[in-house]
Amino acid sequence: MSLRCGIRRIRGQQPWASSGWVNGSRRPSSVGFQQFRSVASTPTAEKVLFPGALNSRFTNTMEFIRPALRTEAIPTYRVMDQSGQVLDKEVGVDTEDDLALELYRNMVCLSIMDLLMFEAQRQGRLSFYMVSAGEEGIAIGSASAFSPSDVIFCQYRESGVFMQRGFTLDQFMNQLFANSKDAGLGRNMPVHYGSHELNIHTISSTLATQIPHAAGAAYALKMQNQQQPDIAPRIAVCYFGEGAASEGDFHGALNIAATRQVPCIFICRNNGYAISTPTSDQYRGDGIASRGAGYGMDTLRVDGNDIFAVRRATKEARRLALENGGKPVLIEMMAYRVGHHSTSDDSFAYRQKVEVDDWKRRDNPITRLRKWLEGRGLWDEDKERDIRNRLRKEVLTAFEKAEKEKKPPMQHVFDGVYEHLTQEQKTHMEELSDILQRYPKEYDTEQYEGGAAAFRKFCEQNR
Amino acid sequence: MPPKTPIRTLSRYLFRPQSSLHPRCQHRPRSQRYSSAAAGARLNGTVEYDTTPLLSHSSRSALSNAELPADVRQGQTKRINLYTAVNEALRHALQTDERVLVFGEDIQFGGVFRCTMNLATDFGTERVFNTPLSEQGLVGFAIGAAAEGMRPVAEVQFADYVFPAFDQLVNEAAKYRYRSAATGVSCGGLVIRMPTGVVGHGALYHSQSPESLFTHVPGLRVIIPRSPLQAKGLLLSAIHTNDPVIFMEPKVLYRAAVEQVPVDAYQLPLDKAEVVKPGKDVTIVSYGTPLYTCSAAIAAAEKDFGCSVELIDLRTIYPWDRETVLESVKKTGRAIVVHESMMNAGVGAEVAATIQERTFLRLEAPVKRVTGWATHTGLVFEKFIVPDVTRVYDAIKKTIDY
Repeated sequence: MSLRCGIRRIRGQQPWASSGWVNGSRRPSSVGFQQFRSVASTPTAEKVLFPGALNSRFTNTMEFIRPALRTEAIPTYRVMDQSGQVLDKEVGVDTEDDLALELYRNMVCLSIMDLLMFEAQRQGRLSFYMVSAGEEGIAIGSASAFSPSDVIFCQYRESGVFMQRGFTLDQFMNQLFANSKDAGLGRNMPVHYGSHELNIHTISSTLATQIPHAAGAAYALKMQNQQQPDIAPRIAVCYFGEGAASEGDFHGALNIAATRQVPCIFICRNNGYAISTPTSDQYRGDGIASRGAGYGMDTLRVDGNDIFAVRRATKEARRLALENGGKPVLIEMMAYRVGHHSTSDDSFAYRQKVEVDDWKRRDNPITRLRKWLEGRGLWDEDKERDIRNRLRKEVLTAFEKAEKEKKPPMQHVFDGVYEHLTQEQKTHMEELSDILQRYPKEYDTEQYEGGAAAFRKFCEQNR
Repeated sequence: MPPKTPIRTLSRYLFRPQSSLHPRCQHRPRSQRYSSAAAGARLNGTVEYDTTPLLSHSSRSALSNAELPADVRQGQTKRINLYTAVNEALRHALQTDERVLVFGEDIQFGGVFRCTMNLATDFGTERVFNTPLSEQGLVGFAIGAAAEGMRPVAEVQFADYVFPAFDQLVNEAAKYRYRSAATGVSCGGLVIRMPTGVVGHGALYHSQSPESLFTHVPGLRVIIPRSPLQAKGLLLSAIHTNDPVIFMEPKVLYRAAVEQVPVDAYQLPLDKAEVVKPGKDVTIVSYGTPLYTCSAAIAAAEKDFGCSVELIDLRTIYPWDRETVLESVKKTGRAIVVHESMMNAGVGAEVAATIQERTFLRLEAPVKRVTGWATHTGLVFEKFIVPDVTRVYDAIKKTIDY
C-alpha cells in the first residue's frame, strides 16, 4: 500500500456503517477539507492531494499564517449588554421568566454559600474551600441547558453545576465537612463533590485529567445512543480552566474526540488566571477558542457574565453535539476570577486589588441578570433582601447540621481501593486495629462513626 | 447602577461576620487538621520542631557539622526555614552560574510555597519565569535546555502532579547519557524540584510521596532533605552534579523546620547517608519528615525501655549509601525502616532486602518496616495511614523484644 490508495475515512461515516448497525449512514452535506479520499496527484491538479490536507489549493505566494498580526480576535457572543438590555429583541433571552428567577436564585445561593464557607475556612472550621465568584453564570447557565441524563465531568470550580442539577445544601455541607453523610466517605478534599444520581463524576484535584475521560465517556454514550434508540440521546460535558488547557491531556482529549466524533461539549472557563499565572504566560494564541479550528471542531466564544448567552450557546452546542450521531463542540466562556484561587492563595501577591475591585464593579453575572429581572419588573430591593436572608439561613442551617455529624467509619481507610479487600490490606488492618487496641489514648477514634470498636468488628468480619 | 450591588451586599458577610458563625469558633484560622493528636496522647503529637535534636537551634551546632567546608564553618549563620533555605540555594546558583535557569508553574510571584520569592525580580524573567500549566511540557523543556548546556532547576508544583512528566523523566532524563553514548551528550545539570509528603489535610492529591517510583529508574538521582541546612547544601550539590536529579522537598517542613543555616554557600555529599543520632541497640533508617516522628519515638523508647537507638537519614534515596546503613546494622543487629509512602515495593523493601542479604548473621530480629498502608491518603484518615510516633515506638519495642 502506498499513498496512491490512501484510506482516510470520510468524516461522519461510521466504521461500522456498512454493517447496517447504525440507523442509516448519514453523510455530511457540506464538503470539508478532509472529506475526500486521497488519490494520487495528477499533473494538472490545482489542489493538494496529499493525505494530510485534502482540500488545499496550490499557491505560489509564500504567505505564512501569522496570527500575531491579526488585529481582530474571535468575537464574544452575548445576548444582553452590561445593563441587562437584550440586544436582539427577536431572539430575546430564550428563557422563561420562572427559569430566569431560578437561575438568579441559584447564583445568589452559590455566592452566599461561597462567602460563608470562605469565612468558615478562615476561622479554621474547614480545611479548604474554593469560591466561584465571577463564574457563577457559566456553571449555572450552562448546567440549565443539559438534560439530567447527560454525563458531566468537572474541574473544581463548578459548584454551580452541582447546585443547578439539584445537589442540596446538605449534600454540599456534608462533603465540605467530610462527615459520615458525605458520598465521598470523607476521603476527598473539600469541594471535590461527586454525585451518581446527578450524573456528575467525582472531582479529582489533578488538572485536565478529566478532559480525555469526557471524550471516552462521550464515545460510550454515542455507542449507547445507537444501541438503545428508544432512550433519549445523551451527551458528555467537560469543564476545565484555560490553565488546564495547557496540559497534554487537553490536546489528546480534543483530538481523539474529534477523530471519533463524540457527542461532547468541552466548556473552557477562561477566567484570566491559573492560580497566579496570567493568560499572557499561559498561551499566545487567541484564547482557547482559537484551538477548536485546529481540531476541526465547532467552536464559540461566549461572554460568561451573560447567563442568557451561556445558556443559549450551551443549548445550541448540545443540539450540534448530537447532530449526525455525534460530534464534539468547544465553548470558551470568558470570565474574570474575582476570588482568590482557593483559601490557600492570596491573589494580591500577584495582582492589584484595584484590578479585582474594578472587575467587581464593572460586570458580573449576578448583577447583570438582576438588572434584566428588574427591567422586566420581576425583581426589586425587597425581594432581594428577602431571598438573601432566606438563603443565608438555609446555608447556615445545613452548615450547623453537617458540622455536628461524626466522621465516616474507619473501615473507609481501606475499602474501595479494590473491589474487594486484598490479603495485604487485611494484614494492615489487623496491624492498625492492634495498635488502636494497645494504645487507645494515642488516637481520637470517637469522632469516627462507631469508633475503634466498629473498625475492630470490620477487621474480624474480613478475616 | 442599583443602590447596592449584590457583591457589595454580600461582602459585608466577610467584614462583619454573622454572629451564628462566630461564638463556637475556638480555632485559629487554618487550624483544621485532621491529624491532630488525641487529647490524652503521650506519644502522638510529641514532634516539637522548636526543640527537636534534628535541627540546629544554635549557630554553634550548625557550624559543628563536619561535612561543611572549613571556611563556611568559620562564617556566620542565620535562622531560616526550609523554603528560605531552598530560596537561598537558588539565589546563590543564579548569582554564580549564568547557566542556571529557574522555572515552573506560578514561580514568578514566589511559588505556591514561596520557594522562589523575589528571584524573578532580582534575576529577571529571562532566567526566572512562569511556564504554562503542563508538567510534561516544562520537564521536557528543562531536559532540552540541560542537553544544550544550561542548568535548569524546574519546579513541579506538587509531587502528586509529576506524573504527566513521568515519560520525560523515565524515558528521557534518565536515559539521555546512556542513549547518547559516545556522542557525549547528557542532560546533567537538570534538577526537578517538587514538594512531597503529607501535611494533615492534603487528601488524595496533595499528600503523595512517589519517591520509590523514581528509585526504580537507573540514571536519576533522588534526594529528600530533612532540614533547612540540609536542603541548602543538597540542592546546591544537585545543581552542581552532572546527573539529572529529582529533588523532593517535604512540604510540611517548609515552614515548620527552622534552624541555623550557614550564610555562605556550601555543598553536601550526594552519596552519603548521615547518622543523625548514634545508638547501640537498634538502627532506624528513614528520610524527610518521618525522621522527626522517629526522633520523638526514640526519645520515648529510650526513656521507657532503657535502649539506645541509632537514627540514619538516607538523604539520597537513590543511589543510596549502603555502607553507612550496613555498618550501623552490623553494630546494632536490629533495623527498622520508616517512610510515608506505602510498604509494597517502597524504599523500605530495598533497604530491608539489602540489610538481610549483607548482615543476615548479625541480625537479632527481622528488619521491620513502618510505612503507609496499602491505601490512598483519605482526607480524614491520614493520621491512621502515615507512620506516627506510636507506631515507630511500638516497632522499636517489638524489635527489641523479638
